[in-house]
Parts: sequence; structure tokens; C-alpha cells
Amino acid sequence: MNKIRIEVTKHSEEGDPRIAAAAHRLGISSLRSCNRTQIFFIAYRAARAPSSNQIKRLCDLLLVDPVTESARVISQPRPCPDDSQTQPSNASDEHVIEVALRPGVTDVAARVLERGAAELGIHDLKAATAAQFRLKGDLSRTDLHRLARDLLCNDTIERYSLDAIEPLFGHSSDARDYVEQVSLTGLNEEELLACSRERLLSLDAEEMKEIQSFYDEIGRAPTDVELETLAQTWSEHCVHKTFKSNIAFALRSAGGQALSVEDVQGLLRTFIQAATEKVNRPWVRSAFVDDAGIIEFDDKFDLAFKVETHNHPSALEPFGGANTGIGGVVRDIIAVSARPIACTDVLCFGPQNVPPEELPAGTLHPARVEEGVVAGIGDYGNKLGLPTVNGAVIYDEGYLGNPLVFCGAVGLLPKGSHPTEPRQGDRIVVLGGRTGRDGIHGATFSSAELTQETHSESGSAVQIGDPITEKGLIELVEAARDQRLYNAITDCGAGGLSSAVGEMGEKLGADVELQDVPLKYPGLTPWEIWLSEAQERMVLAVRPGNLSRLRELADLWDVEMRDLGHFSGDGWLRVRYGGRAVAELPMSFLHDGLPIPSRTALYREPTPDQSSLQTVRARARPVLKEKELLVRMLSHPTVASKERIVRTYDHEVRGGTLVRPFVGPHMDGPADATVLKPLGTWGHGRAFALSAGINPLLGKRDCYAMAVSAVDEAFRNAVSVGADPDRIALLDNFCWGNPTFPDRLGALVRACQGCYDAAVKFNAPFISGKDSLYNEFEGRPIPGTLLISAIGIVPDMRRTCTSHFKEPGNCIFLLGETREELGGSLLGQLLGWDGGDPPSLPEEPLQRYRAVHTAMQAGLVQSCHDLSEGGLAVALAEMCLGGRLGASVDISAAIGCGFSHPYVPLFSETNGRLLLEVAPSDRAALEEILSGVPVALIGEVTEADQLSWARNGQPVFNISIEEILSAWKEAEAD
Amino acid sequence: MNLPVLILHAAGTNRDAEAARACELAGASPHIVHINQLREGTSRFSDFGMLVLPGGFSYGDALGAGVRQALDLRVFFHAELTGFIETGKPVLGICNGFQTLVKAGLLPGAADEWGRRSEGRQAVARRDVTLTHNARDRFECRWVHLAVENGARAGCLAQIREPVFCPVAHGEGNFQVSDDEALERLEEDGLVAFRYVDTDGTRANGRYPINPNGSVADIAGICNRAGNVIGLMPHPEDHVDPIQNPLGDGKGLGLSLFRAMIESAAG
Repeated sequence: MNKIRIEVTKHSEEGDPRIAAAAHRLGISSLRSCNRTQIFFIAYRAARAPSSNQIKRLCDLLLVDPVTESARVISQPRPCPDDSQTQPSNASDEHVIEVALRPGVTDVAARVLERGAAELGIHDLKAATAAQFRLKGDLSRTDLHRLARDLLCNDTIERYSLDAIEPLFGHSSDARDYVEQVSLTGLNEEELLACSRERLLSLDAEEMKEIQSFYDEIGRAPTDVELETLAQTWSEHCVHKTFKSNIAFALRSAGGQALSVEDVQGLLRTFIQAATEKVNRPWVRSAFVDDAGIIEFDDKFDLAFKVETHNHPSALEPFGGANTGIGGVVRDIIAVSARPIACTDVLCFGPQNVPPEELPAGTLHPARVEEGVVAGIGDYGNKLGLPTVNGAVIYDEGYLGNPLVFCGAVGLLPKGSHPTEPRQGDRIVVLGGRTGRDGIHGATFSSAELTQETHSESGSAVQIGDPITEKGLIELVEAARDQRLYNAITDCGAGGLSSAVGEMGEKLGADVELQDVPLKYPGLTPWEIWLSEAQERMVLAVRPGNLSRLRELADLWDVEMRDLGHFSGDGWLRVRYGGRAVAELPMSFLHDGLPIPSRTALYREPTPDQSSLQTVRARARPVLKEKELLVRMLSHPTVASKERIVRTYDHEVRGGTLVRPFVGPHMDGPADATVLKPLGTWGHGRAFALSAGINPLLGKRDCYAMAVSAVDEAFRNAVSVGADPDRIALLDNFCWGNPTFPDRLGALVRACQGCYDAAVKFNAPFISGKDSLYNEFEGRPIPGTLLISAIGIVPDMRRTCTSHFKEPGNCIFLLGETREELGGSLLGQLLGWDGGDPPSLPEEPLQRYRAVHTAMQAGLVQSCHDLSEGGLAVALAEMCLGGRLGASVDISAAIGCGFSHPYVPLFSETNGRLLLEVAPSDRAALEEILSGVPVALIGEVTEADQLSWARNGQPVFNISIEEILSAWKEAEAD
Repeated sequence: MNLPVLILHAAGTNRDAEAARACELAGASPHIVHINQLREGTSRFSDFGMLVLPGGFSYGDALGAGVRQALDLRVFFHAELTGFIETGKPVLGICNGFQTLVKAGLLPGAADEWGRRSEGRQAVARRDVTLTHNARDRFECRWVHLAVENGARAGCLAQIREPVFCPVAHGEGNFQVSDDEALERLEEDGLVAFRYVDTDGTRANGRYPINPNGSVADIAGICNRAGNVIGLMPHPEDHVDPIQNPLGDGKGLGLSLFRAMIESAAG
């Protein structure tokens, strides 16, 4: 093959200041500037060499922008040896690093280039891409390697060179049909575990023994295909064995005294599903059965909602991990036959300013993680044309080695349009992307802890997404659904085809030919094809008579389609390669053979700091006054504005975003939740709200309190934008440490108990959930983190509410009583004080939210904002900044008595509270509607340029809107 | 009969349904047509009275925004599309559609009529305008105010009485020219159609975020010399109902642009 290298350089000499800044953070201050050149490689057989005119057209029409760029074309082998110097030798302070994707990683630009060239009549060429970074500065080779490794190249998916990088045009290895027989006979427990470890199976001793005895009984050794299939199907990721396990749960007091011992027959059944059954809401269409939860929207449509996590991939390759996280959860929505219409994201990172030398070895800097994750989410959601609308970003040291990336997606489907029963004889059809070696062992990988070595060992578990292929799938599946062309559908997620086909054929049995799977490149062994987690694939059960119509649609939408086999009806999974059986397993063993584990859990009630707030205040140096505390809270990264992140997501696409992430006349005040109006339903006024509740800081103190508070937060956020409190459904996502440790599991049990108690109290069902366990880095667990997401029906899109103040002279009401609940609060964190009671649930939260909703429906509420981290002080400041209006409040008017300290009414984080802005003329009407619930008039909106606090009529402090804004937007200043 | 509008869908197009809704509310009959249907000839440009190239990421924008789709227009659909434009039918490119029209050389179009150049059918006019990466080098989504340029060649714009208020959502919306002369030509020839302005209607003069992407001369949209091809980065199709307005003041409906263009075709 001959090669051409095309370098496309920007005319502007301006370098990328972000790279220079990041290098300086790494301690490489001698880097002055960094410019990027895009490199395209083209390979062709000598006999089909493109003419120079053709190459020029390729450059002009596809590769070079004549206004901003110019190109240099170099033929290889080079005609002129002088040209070979990439690393400039003449000036010692000019250097080059070239970065290219590893073979097998999706290179969309190269594929588009190949197809575009074909349109220009240049056929049979292969393309590859790379990036060249031209660096200026007095840099040693060590510096260059460090810049490459820590900044410019991610070893997981990329490779680099300090010279001209050699392009690789995909794998060129031969087809391999090698299947290994893995004899387990006679192995002892230790040897079985060694086998599990070496093959990255993540199976424990009990599970390996179960497999051993099964194969001893049928008298043969398992094939590698079978072993891998069992490992995937039985993985924590796929089967959630911890949530199904029997748990002996012991509760102890802080002093170590045994309080109770309980036998929990599965967390999912006992706490999550039990709550759904108990509240028994008729508008729940599907809970915990399908790939997403489904509720009723209107007469014609239902809404599907699912939230997933993609933590370990995002830790290793932030862009690709988050990118495919969105891709994966959107496919969960496609897998319930719904049209995806929105995305959500909640992110937990380490502190952005951590010095590089303090980072645990083997981790990426949290700033690099955040940048990559945010770009990955935006790239996928934006390219799918989905608004990314609701989210949160939490910063805590506990996430340094193990960030959390929660990705959510919502879909709309016509009622009764989702078929779920494959039939005997149905064809097994795979649609979408090609299969490569990417993502192998993703399911088992996510069920293991991260270590320093994970980066190098698990590279293949991380992928880059191709949203345009997924977009085609969305369109194709919607059309196929409307023509009723399939009987069942699922996505290829963790475990790839093995899970998709294995689950769909659980009752019938399936017969599959792996040679029919379209591959990105040859050389995959049968088990690799079967297990690959290559993205953007769906599996459908299709009646043979419908195949041709499905193929027509697939051609129209440019989606690849392959028929792999059929559902046999005999209850066996038969996988063949070139006709030869490579796996033969009864579905019953695959799905029911997993021994249900038993675990022990221990929860010791927290030992709070015994010193009171008063003594902490008395000994604190320097003494922070109320105003300084409020400023620190507003500029706390978790509270402060996230505009720099959120604006990189398209939150307007589909034209239905009615309450946006930012509100107010300057469109920069924080919203509590989002309200969306689905395209295609503009004929009526109904819409829906999305919200979230999460507070890991509280979880460090008390996991039960974290759970009930997260439910209340998600719930009240939905209510505050106009959702009907009797039409709110919940999703639970647990991210936890290694559950085989009794203490981690004990905390998880407590959190699940909190979920149950809160859901029942709110009469709100859980409709979907997911757990991600083993979130540990080098044996240190993340703070147990629970995300509650809520989806609620907004009965009237003209009666939504936003959080910013609207009109001077309006009354400010505080709904709910304020208790002395500072345990796990933001104030506690700022004071370094771990005392105080954690927030609990109010007695009758639903009653008050119903009353607020009634008032909103009557048009009496001008604005509404929830109180969460930082309590009343932060919430009021946010309402002022959003509306650029002042307020004057007296905290002694708040309901709640005998506050031991003036900080309590300001910063307590008691649940069940909302702030309401009401016109004076509507006051009487409002008070009548709220007559049965705790509510108090605490002040009024003012024209003044400040928020003024008083206590019993005595001024406490004033803070100007300017000060509020600059604190809250501090981080945006760059 | 309502004006039949072709809304072109290529792989990665995503604001087609909103564009269709806007056309419908403005009194036309939109048809979302996949580019493969046009390739196969089951649908033709000439069947329609107006063409909309909607927003999205055609072919993933993997080689630059709109570049690959522009190749389709320049090579495969050259004759058909030239014919469509020369009949004076309105063409609207929004966001990725605008990027496509610019990179295909259709906006602002060559000084002499595009398609009649001596180099032959697929010749590339030397392009002196482009849409490149935002000055802040990242995708950005926010609402912006757009002043409709008085005296633009696109005469239908004269009936839009107030600034349009609608969101941008793009990473490559920075309108740039190769030199001052190119900018002068645009201005003198009346090819600038929209500019970014503040709430009072005052030119942004490059101030961020009023001008969200660093575009030269605050240019948000341009038209061709015949005035029938218009392209802009912001999304008027996302503001067709006052309830979508984040300020709630009932002003600046993007629907007015669709009305103006559809009426110009009908009239």
C-alpha cells in the first residue's frame, strides 16, 4: 500500500491556551504555546493511485477550509528524504507530539472521508486520522512524554509518537475460529478462583463451583464461549446479585450495642419493588420489568425514563466513557420502543484544584476527567438531537479515583406500541454498528474494583461512541415499531450479543451463527464476537415475513442489518461459528443456575461530633460571620453556577424545553427542575418535569437520612416547577463500594430502607433503578451515593413556576417548619463540624406539596424555589440573583422554635421546605389554600439592590446582589 | 393549496421535526424527505416550492460542520439544486443547514451566478466566507437577539418588524471572511441578513455573549444575491409559540421568518 499524509493547519498562529494552562498545572511551565494540526492519511494500492487532481479535489471539498486552513500533502514513501523530519531539529524549542487512535477504536472521520472520496469517484482507499501538536518552549524529552501521557493522549484509546506517527488502517489479522476447551474438572477452590481471575470472569468461588459441577454432570469441559457467556450473564452488572441476595443485617448503636438483626430477602424486592407495590399507582405502565420504567403521559402516549451509570469507563477514558454512557441509556429507551426525547446527567468529581502531586497513582486529574466527561455527554446528546436538561455536579475528595457519571434518558411511545414477546421461529436480527474488539469484558469489568493497573489491563473495556449511527437506529426503530415489524427488541449493552440474545431467548432458546455478525475488522475469535460490547447495536425478534420490509427501512436510514439465526423453541442456547457449535447451554442453567449469594451486613449508627454548634463557633478561627459563610456557600463548587458546563449541552433542541436549566431576565438563575413539552403533543397543555435529588455529603453522615432527603429533594423540585405531586414517579441509582464488606453493605441496606420509607410517605412509585457497586479505588470506597431522579406530570404547561423573583412588593412565604438539622450539612462541612442531627422527613410532606400545587394551578405562585444545600440563606440568594431583585426577610418569622443559634434558621437543611413568591393581592387566597399546612410570611421582594436579613426586627446582615452574583459565578470567571 | 416544503434529512439531521412544525404553523405543507429518497429519485427537489436544510450534525460533522453534506449538494445534486435555486424558490439553511450552504459555495454564492462558471459543473468557487469554531472553542447553547438587516437582498425579510429572539446551539457558528475586502463586498452587496444585537437592538460589536461565537461584524446570517437563499446559525424554529420564550414577553417570534419566506414563495 502507498500512503499520502495530508497536514491541515490553521492560518491563525494562535495556540490553544487551554493546553498551555493545563501544562502549567502539571508543573511544565516552560511550554509557551501549543498548536494543533489535523493529519489525514490515505492508503491505496499502487494500481489505483488517485491522481494529484483528485487529491486536490479531496482537499478542497472535504479536508480544508480555504478561509481558515491550508494543507500540505506528503507522499509516502517520501520522494524527498529532507521532508521526513517531523520533529523540527533547527530550533530546540520547537517540538512535535503526534497522537492517533489505537487500532479498533472507532474513527468516524476516517470512515466519512472514505465514503466522501467514493462520492468523488476515488474508490478503494483507506483512511486514518491523527493529530499533531506543535509545542514551543524549552522542553525535555521527559517533559514531552509527560505532556503526551498526561494531557494530549489517553493511552486507553490512543497512542502517540514524538516523531511522525505511523498510521494503522484497522486490524489486518486473519479470521480466527479458535475455540478453547477449559477443563475445570478436579480444580480446587483456589484453582477455580485463579481461573476466574486470569480470564477476568469476576466469578466467585461458589459460582465457579456451580459451573464446575454442571459440566462434570454433562461430562465435558466448557468452551471459552460458554464460560464467558456464564460470567457475563451472572455478573453483578447484568444480574444485580447483591440486590437479590439474602442479607443478614445487623444494626448496632454508635456504642457498638446490638440493636436488631434482620433477614433481608433481597434489597430490590424488600425495599424498592415493595414500595412500588404498596403505593400501587394505576398510571405506572411498567416498573422493573423492561429496560426502562414507563408511566402514562396522556391519552395517546406513555413516557419512559431510565438512568444508568458509566463510572469505570469514565474514570479511564472520560470522553469515551461518558459518551457511551449516554449512548447506552438512550438505547435502553429505544429498547422499550420509545422515541428518545431528552437526556439528563448527574456527575460526581474530585475537587478540580487538587495538586497533581497529591493525585493517587494511576488516576487522571479530576479537571481532565470533568473536561472529558462533559465533552463526551455533550457530543453524544447534541449529535442525537436530544436536549440535555436536568442534572447536578457534585465535588468531593471521595471521587478522586472513581468519578460517578449518571446518564439518563427519557422517551415517548404510543400506548401499547411496545411488543415484548418473541415467538418461536422469529429471526434474530442485529441492527446498527459493526462488532469489534471494543468493550470486551465491560460487564465483568464494571463488577470489579479499580486499581492502579486498571488503566493498562482493561483498555479494551472502553469505547468511543458513534452517535450518528445511533441516530439512524432511533429513526429506524421508530418506523419499524409503527409498522409493527418486530415482536421483541433489546439493546446490546453489557455482555453484548450474549446478553441480548440470551435474555430475549430465555424462554424459547436461540440458535445463532456468529459468522453472520458484521465485523469492523477480521481476527475476532468466536467468544470475542459473542461478548463484544461494540456500541450502537440493537437486537430484534422479527417474523420471517417481515424481514424484507425491515430491510427496506434499514436501507433508507443507512443502518446495517444482519439476520443471525432464530428462536428455536427448545430452550437451548446454541451458538455456532461456521456451522460448528461453540456453545450449547440450556437457558435454564444460564438464567437460573446462579447460586443466590448470602451476605452479611452491619450498620453502626453514626457517632456525631458531640460538641455543639455553639462550642464549635466559639473555638473557630477565624470567626466567619453569617455573610462570609453565605458567600463561601454560594461559591462552593457544588452550589455555584454550572453554566460553563450546562451551556455546552443543547437544552433547546426539539423545541419543548419550557422551564430551562437557567431562568430569569438574564437567563442565569438556577432552576429547580426542567419542564418539557414533547414534540407531537402540542394539541393539549400537559407537559412533564424532570428533577433530581442527591446529597452524598449527608450520606457520609447518615445513609438513611441521605435516602429520605434525596427522595424529598427530587420530589419537591418537581413540585416547585409545577408537577402534580400525585403523578410523580421515582428512579433510584445507587453507586456504592464493594458490597462483600459488611460495613459497605450495611450502609446500603440503610439507604434502601430510607428509599422505601420515603416513597411510601410520598405515595410515589419507583419505576426503574440501577446499582453500580464496587466503586472503590485501591480499596477506598467512594462515599455511598444515591441519586433519586423524578419524572412528574405537569398538568398545565401555562402554570409552571420558576425560581427567580418577579416583582418588588411581592410577599415571600416559607413553606415547612425549620428544625435544627445541620448534620451532614454544607455549614457543617465549612466549619469542619460533624455534629447536629441529620435532616429527617416531615410528618405530612405530601399534604403540603399538594396544597402548593393547588395554589400554582390557581395561578397564585409567582415563583417557587426549593431549599437544599445551604438552606434558606442560599435559596433566597439564588432567587434574588435570578431575578436581579432584592429581598428583605426576618428569619424569626420562620416556623420552628427555640433555635439554639442564629445559624439554624439560616443554614439548616430541613426537608420539606419551599420558598413561594406571592402577589399581595393573592395573599388571602394563598393563605386559604395553605391553611392546613405549616407556612409563614417571612418577608418581601424589594427593589433594593440587596438581600437584607433581620431577626426579631433587628438587622443581621445585608448582602448586595452584586456580591451574591460574583460569589455564585466566581468559577465562571475564566 | 399550501406551499409544499422539502425538509431535507441526511444522516445526523435533527431539527427537522421542529422546522416542519414551524412551516406548518406558517401555513405551508412540510415534508421531511431523506436524502436517500432524493438520490433514488423517489422524491425530487422540483416537486417542492421551498427547501429547508435544518439543523443537526450531518454525517456527524466529522470533517467539519456541514462539509460532507455540502459535498452531496455540490456533486450529486448539483444540477437539480442549481435549477431549484435559479427558479427563485426560497431556500432556508438553519445552523447545520447554513454551514452546509456556505461550504457548498451556495451562500453567499459566487459573484457571477453559481453553476455558470467556466470551470465546469463541479467547480469550486474560491470561497471567501466560512463558519468556523466558536471563538471560545466550545459548543454553546443560549438565546440571542437578532436584528434583521435593513436593505438585505432578501426582500422578504423587510416584513419582519422586530428583532427575532431564538436560541443558538452550535460549536462552529463563528462567521469569518478571508479578508476585509470580502466583508466589504458582503456589506455593500446587501448580503448580510441577520446580526447579533442586545435586548435594546444595539449591535453586539463582538461583545460576548450577545455575539455568542465571535462572528465578524456580528453576522448571524446571510443571503445570496438573488435574495432567495437565506442561512443563519440561530434557530428560529425553536421559537414559534410565545410559550417557548424564556423571557415570557411575547416578543421576537422566529415564526416570522418562516412566514416571510413562505409568503414570498406563494406571492
